[in-house]
Amino acid sequence: MPSAQTLLPYLDEYWRDQLVNRHIDKSSFILTSYPPNSPLSARPDWRQASGAPCGSLDDIRRQALDPFGSSLAICNVLHGAVALFNEDMSAAMCSAINDWVAKELLDREPRLRASIVVGAHNPALAVKEIERKVGDKRFVQVLLPAMGEMLLGRRIYWPIYAAAEQHGLAIGIHAGSTYQHAPMASGWPAHRVEDYVAQSGAFESQLLSFLAEGVFQKFPTLRLVLLESGFTWLPTLLWRTNKTWRGVRPEVPWIDRPPAEIVREHVRLTLQPVDAPKNDPQALARTLEHIGSDRMLLFSTDYPHWQFDGEDVLPDGLPDSAVRRLLIDNALDTYPRLREMAGLGDNREIKQEAVR
Amino acid sequence: MNVPLRHTPAPVKLAIVDCDIHPAYRSPADLHPFLPARWREHMTTFGEHLRQGLSGQLAWPRMMASGMRVDSFPEQGPPGSDLELMRRQHLDANGVEYGMLMQLSRGGMEERNLDFAAALSRAINDWQLETFVKPEPRLRAGIVVPQEDAAFAVSEIEHRADDARFAQILISPRSSDPLGHRRYWPIYEAAQRARRPIALHVQGFSGGHASTGSGWPTYYMQEHYAASTGMQNTLTSLVFEGVLERFPDLKVVLIEGGFAWAPALCWRMDKHWERMRQETPHVKRPPSDYVRQNCWFTTQPIEEPEKPEHLRDIIDWIGWDRLMFSTDYPHWDFDHPREVFKFQLSEEQKALVFRNNAKALYALA
Amino acid sequence: MTRQVVARAGDVAPGTSRVVNVAGREIGIFNVSGEYFALANRCPHAGGPLCQGRIVPLVQSEGPGHYRLARHQEFLRCPWHGWEFDIRTGQSWCDPRSTRARQFAVTVEPGAQLVKGPYVAETFAVSVEEDYLVIDLGG
Repeated sequence: MPSAQTLLPYLDEYWRDQLVNRHIDKSSFILTSYPPNSPLSARPDWRQASGAPCGSLDDIRRQALDPFGSSLAICNVLHGAVALFNEDMSAAMCSAINDWVAKELLDREPRLRASIVVGAHNPALAVKEIERKVGDKRFVQVLLPAMGEMLLGRRIYWPIYAAAEQHGLAIGIHAGSTYQHAPMASGWPAHRVEDYVAQSGAFESQLLSFLAEGVFQKFPTLRLVLLESGFTWLPTLLWRTNKTWRGVRPEVPWIDRPPAEIVREHVRLTLQPVDAPKNDPQALARTLEHIGSDRMLLFSTDYPHWQFDGEDVLPDGLPDSAVRRLLIDNALDTYPRLREMAGLGDNREIKQEAVR
Repeated sequence: MNVPLRHTPAPVKLAIVDCDIHPAYRSPADLHPFLPARWREHMTTFGEHLRQGLSGQLAWPRMMASGMRVDSFPEQGPPGSDLELMRRQHLDANGVEYGMLMQLSRGGMEERNLDFAAALSRAINDWQLETFVKPEPRLRAGIVVPQEDAAFAVSEIEHRADDARFAQILISPRSSDPLGHRRYWPIYEAAQRARRPIALHVQGFSGGHASTGSGWPTYYMQEHYAASTGMQNTLTSLVFEGVLERFPDLKVVLIEGGFAWAPALCWRMDKHWERMRQETPHVKRPPSDYVRQNCWFTTQPIEEPEKPEHLRDIIDWIGWDRLMFSTDYPHWDFDHPREVFKFQLSEEQKALVFRNNAKALYALA
Repeated sequence: MTRQVVARAGDVAPGTSRVVNVAGREIGIFNVSGEYFALANRCPHAGGPLCQGRIVPLVQSEGPGHYRLARHQEFLRCPWHGWEFDIRTGQSWCDPRSTRARQFAVTVEPGAQLVKGPYVAETFAVSVEEDYLVIDLGG
C-alpha cells in the first residue's frame, strides 16, 4: 500500500500543499478493518521484518505469484482514502493511488492487473476516475467496500455501473468497512473478529441490494465480483431469495426470473477465505453442490491476509472437474480484459490478492 | 413441487408443538385493564416512542393484508386476536398440542421511554395470561422484557419465574447494542436462574441501527432477508462476547430467522476464531461447540432449495435435535406442518422436529 | 358421476369467484371476462386455500422503477405466501413449468338440457329457464 508520502508526486499542487501543510501526509491511512499487526492482516511468513503487513514488489513476486504459478493476478489496494468524508480529497487520493499502482506495480510486473480504486460517496467523481483510467487495459475492475454509506445497489450509484459495463470492467466489492454504520443490525461489536465475521452478512445484503434494485436488468452485461467475502453462505441466499421473490414479485416486477439464476449468471466470488471445516471435506463438496454452478468461484490467495498456510491454497473437497474453471476459465470469463492481454500457458492460474 | 390434491389423513393423530404463534389484541385499549392509570393516559396521549419515521405503520409495507394470511382475519379485530378462530383454524385443525406465544408489539422491547417500557412489559405479560393462556391450556406465554433496561428485566423475570405458564423470556435481537454486550448479562443470569430459555424472535422495529451494516434496504424483499443477517449478527455477538461460555446452562432459541445459514456461519466463526484467538481468550471452545450446545432454531420460514434434498444436509450439520417446528401463525409466510418438508423425514426425525425437541427444551409434559 | 352442476351462471359475475364443494373437493370457479375457469382450492406450494386469494392484475415492468398493470382480473394471489397463478391456465407465474394449480373443466349449460341429463346434482335444483355452470371432475 502506498504511504501518503509516496503518493505526493502523484497529486496536483493543491493537494500536495494540503497534505504537507496540514500534516496529513504523516497519517497512515490504515483502514480500521485491517489492523496491521492483527494475525489476519498478514501471514507470519509474509509479514515484513519491520512488522508491516505489506511488502515490496519483489515480495509480491516471491510470495504471492511464483509459488502458485500465477500467470495473472489482480491487485486490490485497500486504502484509507476511501473512508475520508471530503469527497474531493478522497477522489484526489484515489487518483494518485491508481497512478501509483500503474507505475510501481503494473509497469514493473507484467503478470499484475488492478482494480480502479474510487470513493463511492460521490458517484460523479468516481465515474470521472473510471473514465480517466479506463484506457489502461490493465485495470479490469472497479473496487468498492462491502460496508459503506448506503447499500450499493441503490440508483444513486448507477452511473458507476453504467461506466463499468460500458468499458467491460467488473464491479468488485471487497471486504472492509468505512464504518459509517454499525457493522451489525444491533450495533457495534466489541471485537475485531466479530466485525470480520459480520462481513459475510454485509455481502449478503449487498448482493440482495443489487438483485432487488434491478441492477442486473438495467446493466445486463455487468459482472459483480465479491472479494474476500467467503462463499459458503451463498446457497442459503439463493434458496431464501428465490422463495421470497415468489411472494413479493409485484414489488420488484423487473426481476423476471428466479434470483438464483440471475446470481449464477452475473455474480462471482473469490475462493479465500474458505469458510468450511478443514477436517470435513464433504462439507465443502456438498456446499458446492448446493451452489449449483462451477462457474462462480475465482481463485484467490487474498495475499497477504492469512487465510491458509504454506501453499495449501486449494481446499480439500474441491472436485477435480472444478479446478481448471476455478484457476483459469472463470476469471477469463469474468474479466474480458484479461483475455485481451493474455498469453497464457497450461496449468497457469489467475488470482486476486489484497494489497495494503 | 406440487403438493398432492388432497390431504390424506395421517393414521396417527398429528400432535405437534408450534414454537411460534402470534397473539394480538383487538385494540390497544385491551391493555388498559393491565396498565396503571398514568400509563393508560400516556399511551393515549403520546403512544409508543419508536425508532422509525412512520407512526403506527411499517416502513416497508407488506405485500398483502399487513403481512398476515388473508384467511386469518376474524369478524372483528386483527389476525391472532380471536382465540376461537385460532383454535378452529390452527390449534385444532393442525393438531397443536402446545403452542408458544410470541407477543411482538407493545411489550416494551422497542420502546424508548424505559419507564413506559416497564409498564408495557408487565401489562403484556398479564394480558397474555388472561386472554390466551388461562382459557387455552395448550398455550404458553413468554415473559416479554425490555432488554435495554436490564435491572427491570431481571425484576420482571423473577416476578414470573415461579409461573410455569411462562415458558421462556422474550427479548429483541434488534437491540441497541449487540446482545453479547455485558450490560445485558444480568438478564442471562436471571434466565439461567429461572431455568427459562431466552427467545430471540425477529423484530420489525430497529434498536437504533440500520438493518444492514451498509445502510437501509429499499424494498420489503430486502428487509425480509435482513431478519436472517440480523440473527446471524446476534448469534456472533453472543458467542464472541463469551455469553455462552459465562452462562453454560443458558439456552437460546433463534426464532423466525431461518436456519440454513447456521452451518456456514459456524464454520466461518470457527475459522476466524482460531486465527484471531488472542483477541478472545474468554471464548475457550470453537464457536460451533457453543451453538451446538446452547442454541436451538425454529423452522419457519423454512428455506426451500431447488433440490429439496439439500436441506437434509443442512439439518444433518445443525443436528436433528436442534430444530423445532414453528408455523408463525397467522403471518403470511406461515409454514403448514404437513407441507413444510419437501423431502422425506424418518419417523424419528419427525418426532424430534415436530414435538420432542420442544418438549424437552420447554419441559412440557 | 364426474360432471356436476355447481351454480347458476349468473352467480359468478365477471372478475369474481366462488368456492363450491364438489364431491368432497373444494373448487373455485372464476369468471374472467365472461369465460369460466375452475381451480382446486389448494395451492400447489403448501396447500393453502388458493381460491380465497385476491383476484389481481399482472404487474409487469420494462425495468427498474417502471410499473405496468396487464391482464386485469386474470391472476390469483394465494392468500398464504402470495404466489401468483394465472386463472386461465392454473400456472404459477414465477415457475410456470413446475408449479400449477389443478384445473377443472367448467362449461355453461342450459337448464333445459340439464333437466333431462343424468348429471344433475342432487343438492342443486335446476330449472329449465336458466343457464348453469357444470364442473367436470375428470375420470
